Amino acid sequence: MPAYVPPPPRRLLEPHRIFLIALFGAIVFCAVWFLRWDWLEKYQWKLLHGIWETLFLLFSTAGAGFILAVLLGLVQVTGPKPLAMIARGFCTLIRGTPLLLQLWLLYYGLGSVFAQYPEIRHSMFWPYLRQAWPYGFTALMLSFAAYEGEVMRGAFAGVPRGELEAARAFGMSRFTTFRRIWLPRAIYRALPTLSGETVLQLKSTPLVATITVVDVYAIISRVRQDTYLTYEPLLLLALIYMCLTGILVLLFRMLENRIPSRGA
Amino acid sequence: MESTAPAIEVRDLFKRFGALEVLKGVSLTARQGDVIAIIGGSGSGKSTFLRCINMLELPSAGSVTIHGEAIDLKKDGHHGLRPANRKQIERIRSQLAMVFQSFNLWQHMTVLQNVIEVPIHVLGMKRDEAVGIAETLLHRVGLFEKQDAYPAFLSGGQQQRAAIARALAVQPLAMLFDEPTSALDPELVGEVLGVIGDLAREQRTMILVTHEMKFAREVASHVIFLHNGIIEEQGPPDQVFDDPKSERLKKFISSIN
Repeated sequence: MPAYVPPPPRRLLEPHRIFLIALFGAIVFCAVWFLRWDWLEKYQWKLLHGIWETLFLLFSTAGAGFILAVLLGLVQVTGPKPLAMIARGFCTLIRGTPLLLQLWLLYYGLGSVFAQYPEIRHSMFWPYLRQAWPYGFTALMLSFAAYEGEVMRGAFAGVPRGELEAARAFGMSRFTTFRRIWLPRAIYRALPTLSGETVLQLKSTPLVATITVVDVYAIISRVRQDTYLTYEPLLLLALIYMCLTGILVLLFRMLENRIPSRGA
Repeated sequence: MESTAPAIEVRDLFKRFGALEVLKGVSLTARQGDVIAIIGGSGSGKSTFLRCINMLELPSAGSVTIHGEAIDLKKDGHHGLRPANRKQIERIRSQLAMVFQSFNLWQHMTVLQNVIEVPIHVLGMKRDEAVGIAETLLHRVGLFEKQDAYPAFLSGGQQQRAAIARALAVQPLAMLFDEPTSALDPELVGEVLGVIGDLAREQRTMILVTHEMKFAREVASHVIFLHNGIIEEQGPPDQVFDDPKSERLKKFISSIN
């Protein structure tokens, strides 16, 4: 049998790549040369602020949602039956309905119910409850929690029993086992999925523009209304989301590479 | 009194899984420095017995005493016992290091991290001290160069040697080996048995469930033959292997050879 010869490493400049790079360059050239970009200067600070708002929404909802997801996953794997069923029901409900619907139910539904009660209107929370972002935050956070709750359930259940047993055999308490072995092991298992889901979450954030939260999408809409331009702002928006996605994927890849794994 | 108490004393251990009675009154005494090999066919209950010693399996009846301290067990409503004092069990477990058939190294940690994990997070040792001990131990089992590797990148023999280093790192009162070479490729068995043999010759207290008869004969001070949940025969290795009394043991030994 002939010895195994590894394929030559990919180089940056292979013919098909040169072609694609040229094509991309042509598109960028056309976009810059033939389209109007003079509005950029006027809106640049607003755009930056919008990007900041989008990122803030993404990281806060993904962070808080992930903590909730760990609880949801854990309860489904270990919890008492009634709690596990509640968690499962929550995940099914949220995953089974459109995020836009949840957002509107919270904002237009719950928001107007709150307004009817003087106790709430006069409470210290009212200054927040009358704004839009708490509803946007809550809807996005619950959505992320529900999807990741399912992912974490699988990840928790998939950690080999033997490793947990070894922790027990060496006298680790339940909490130490969870903190040192079970949780980190489950998170590393789930990382590739989490990466994808976080990108999806980024692209769910513009929905909050429908309830008057001013993220980068809302700024671009403003630009379109003010300037009557269609393609330029939208192309820029696409570019912004692509860059953010690229950065997110890179960050997750760095995390994943901290612990090398072997195919299986 | 304390110093002369046996390291491990098990009295009349019973274990039922539903209707199936796996252990029917097994007793064992391991004094300091004893190397006790437990042999027997599959289904004889030898692994279950070992796992009852550190309460990975809860016995249905019987008592386990570690270095003079009886493990507190209380009756549960159904058919067996359960720990009365979780803290006590955790403390005793940390003194009985276990080596598993399937290694069970923590895959998200390097070899070194695996070895220092329990000393730091269970025994409360300082990190520097734990690393120092771990490096000495890894030298011993021949894995010093591999200390930063993740378990998935090691051979089975290397993983098991790392698991032995992890067990030694808690400076255990006694070590429990649960078929430590059964999951290994034949050519890797030797390196693991070599390490275990060295430990046995150092007079470390250990209980060893094994299929390696030649090895058991070489290192054990006492051999127990378990059959259908009871001790069919026991004694010094020469006597058990050269002059078996019971028919079943004779048959078992001839089937192995």
